[in-house]
Amino acid sequence: MLDLDGVTLTRLLTAATLMFHVIFATIGVGIPVMIAIAEFLGIKKNDPHYLLLARRWARGFTITVAVGVVTGTAIGLQLSLLWPSFMQLAGQVIALPLFMETFAFFFEAIFLGIYLYTWDRFKNRWLHWLLNIPIVIGATLSGFFITTVNAFMNTPQGFDLLDGEAVNIDPLAAMFNPATPTKVFHVLTSSYMTSALILAAIAAFMILKKKGSFTYHKKALKLTMIAGLIFTAGTALAGDLSAKFLAKEQPEKLAAAEWHFETESNADLIVFGTIDENNEISNEIRIPGALSFLAGNSFDTEVIGLNEFPEEERPPLWVHYAFDLMVSIGMYSLFIAGIFVLFSYIKRFNEHNKFLLMGIVASGPLAMLAVEFGWVYAEVGRQPWILRGIMTVDEAATTSTSVGIAFGLFLALYAVLGFFCVRVLLKMFRNKPAEAELEQRFPGGKL
Amino acid sequence: MSLEVIGISVLWLFLYGYLIVASIDFGAGFFAYYARVSKREHIMSKLISRYLSPVWEVTNVFFVFFFVGLVGFFPDTAYYYGTALLLPGSVAIILIAIRGSFYAFGNYGSKDNTVYLFLYGATGLLIPAALSTSLTISEGGYLEETSEGVVFLAGELFTSPYSWSVVALAIVSVLFISAAFLTYYADRAEDVDSRAIMRKFALWWSAPTIGASLLVFAGLRDHNVEHFRRALDLWWMFGLSLLFFLIAAFLIYSGKRYGTAFIMVMLQFFFAFFGYGASHLPYILYPYITIEGSVVNETMGTALVIVFILGLCLLIPSLYLLMRLFLFDADYVKGKK
Ligand code: HDD
Ligand code: HEM
Ligand code: HEM
Repeated sequence: MLDLDGVTLTRLLTAATLMFHVIFATIGVGIPVMIAIAEFLGIKKNDPHYLLLARRWARGFTITVAVGVVTGTAIGLQLSLLWPSFMQLAGQVIALPLFMETFAFFFEAIFLGIYLYTWDRFKNRWLHWLLNIPIVIGATLSGFFITTVNAFMNTPQGFDLLDGEAVNIDPLAAMFNPATPTKVFHVLTSSYMTSALILAAIAAFMILKKKGSFTYHKKALKLTMIAGLIFTAGTALAGDLSAKFLAKEQPEKLAAAEWHFETESNADLIVFGTIDENNEISNEIRIPGALSFLAGNSFDTEVIGLNEFPEEERPPLWVHYAFDLMVSIGMYSLFIAGIFVLFSYIKRFNEHNKFLLMGIVASGPLAMLAVEFGWVYAEVGRQPWILRGIMTVDEAATTSTSVGIAFGLFLALYAVLGFFCVRVLLKMFRNKPAEAELEQRFPGGKL
Repeated sequence: MSLEVIGISVLWLFLYGYLIVASIDFGAGFFAYYARVSKREHIMSKLISRYLSPVWEVTNVFFVFFFVGLVGFFPDTAYYYGTALLLPGSVAIILIAIRGSFYAFGNYGSKDNTVYLFLYGATGLLIPAALSTSLTISEGGYLEETSEGVVFLAGELFTSPYSWSVVALAIVSVLFISAAFLTYYADRAEDVDSRAIMRKFALWWSAPTIGASLLVFAGLRDHNVEHFRRALDLWWMFGLSLLFFLIAAFLIYSGKRYGTAFIMVMLQFFFAFFGYGASHLPYILYPYITIEGSVVNETMGTALVIVFILGLCLLIPSLYLLMRLFLFDADYVKGKK
């Protein structure tokens, strides 16, 4: 057996819960936007295909929302159960966005309930469409609020420490800390992007599986790929801004991701590669000057290196891979979505080419992986701190001796939830293929 | 009113809200499962699902609101409860997680899966039992502060008659509140068969709620005399609670005005719950945490209260809309929409 101490187990349990929750959270923030777009097009163009798309996406969404809600409830309680000292201190300063988040949930939950059960209740379809707005606002705001909390952990401000107690508290300054803008921008765009690509992957898969003409799936693919291209570009832009933020405010995190030791200008960007115990790097791809450019839009930018920081305050160097994989997936998605959109506007090319479709199928799961890599990088890159510069993870963890049992119980829970979630979703859509449902709801293709 | 009193009143109000909506939901899960195994499903399950489907997520948010608010207004509670209650807390989270997700899996996915329904029904009784023990623990005597941190005395809790009387009260209350509500809902739906079954349940569970309350009082006297004395000072609240109970039971028994009867049940629990809460003060966790000693700093507290008021302006109209569409819309209730 691995000999794991309490702090490590606490971190592992937090990591497991967050990594499981964030799958559903990402979908939960992004899918409402896609549903709103599809329903809008359906009503505007009087096109049953888009209306059915919105309806089927919403039906699958009910399942993922349920898992999102219960795992979110788990995190909310676990924050107090696993990090009691952190919550006791940070709660004094950052309770506001956590509290506001519950209102955002509340708002979203109410309108989601109404939305799902009123498809045919209004004569005027636009009234039903309007219900999308509070859902999208609620989901996006809850993503926003929780991300400000996470931003606060990276660049805490809005209080002074006096004998270990927080005084002179300014809740708004704590919420709108230096990390907030880039983090919120990146988290929201990446959620939209991932949701669009997952829906695109499903459509592409259906077209690949059954040959022939599939107007419904082709419309779905085009819609999701255009949205995916826009959101991917936004994600890349936000990621670039995040790197610039790091260079300025949290340089040790950027330096760890880039294996950058000496403070220098015209710094090289190191892509992949391996590192040994003497911090000698080999097998890497080296792009001259690119790190300086990433950090400040100019080759002259001086990038602070890890050597400026005491050894025990440096994040683990393996975050390099998480960062590189995230960025690679971003580039890949930009490429695939770009090609598809280009091909669909130039008549000479076939955008439903088999290889392109396979590439799209891959982009959905890859985007979700990128979200996970991104969070792993952002969180592990903050180590050893839970509140950067103020409280370390070791000081914050619970002293309870039962973390090991709790860890086992929760792993089993996530395995069960994950398994049944996938099973129910598959069954739901297999039992009712789109074509059959289209004919049943809109006989003869009429509204 | 001071900040801590506003804070605790708001939280208590939301916990009361959760008590009512969650009891309906928990009990409904149990009744739905009961209907399936007693082969009366065709009668009741449609009714139950028509009410629950649009609102279950809202129910969950009441709970999230309560604990996020509690930690926000009184951060010390995070430290004491958090350190001590990792295991029982985890078990409660897991039950809630299983319940919520299997409801969705069963309701939207595989409609006739009895296992899903069983998980949903069984957790409906286990969750109130688990959650109610946190109230028991707040009476003191089950946590100990040592140099290693705060320790939970599980043995004490499991062998305490007081603790078991609270569990019993929680379970029978859930069944009673739920049955009273579903009787009313069935009545509105003009679903005579379901109404007859639910009415029988409501009557059946009415007397035990009072019996269990008396047991809790007796247990409290032995366990925390101070609290018991403060409760006696508020005897009129418990008296009103009993009065509303009698009216409710009478109305349900005589088979009329089920809506009023359910409001009486809500009032019964309102007075009992607030009588209990008021006499619990100033302690949140006896003897470690009082509301004065643990309240968050004033700036944050004020910010939370402002946000709360703004939030209510948003929520109340939305909740009203939800209720109008699914509770008070006779056609929807009857299944015509
Ligand atoms: C980028 C978005 C995002 C991130 C980073 C997180 N969440 Fe989450 N969370 C959501 C986005 C979200 C969501 C999409 O809004 C969910 C999923 C399904 C839903 O209805 O809301 C949700 C559900 C959800 C719920 C259930 C709410 C309910 O009952 O409706 C809670 C209590 C939390 N979350 C709490 C947290 C905490 C404490 C987090 C981090 C420490 C966290 N979430 C990270
Ligand atoms: C107040 C809120 C938060 C707290 C207290 C918190 C705390 C922590 C801690 C202590 C770790 C362990 C780090 C390690 O193992 O090295 C961690 C990891 C992680 N967190 Fe955060 N975090 C918070 C917010 C978030 C948010 C909003 C997300 C996004 C959903 C997130 C995503 C992650 C992920 C994915 C990991 C896993 C990293 C790994 O693999 O170790 N965290 N978090
Ligand atoms: C395309 C180029 C990209 C760049 C340059 C980039 C850059 C970054 C940086 C610097 C961070 C750390 C920010 C911090 O800790 O404050 C980060 C975090 C993150 N990335 Fe990316 N990223 C890119 C693509 C992506 C993609 C494609 C996804 C997912 C679809 C993604 C998802 C995330 C997430 C979820 C986080 C954690 C939240 C945060 O800290 O902002 N990123 N990214």
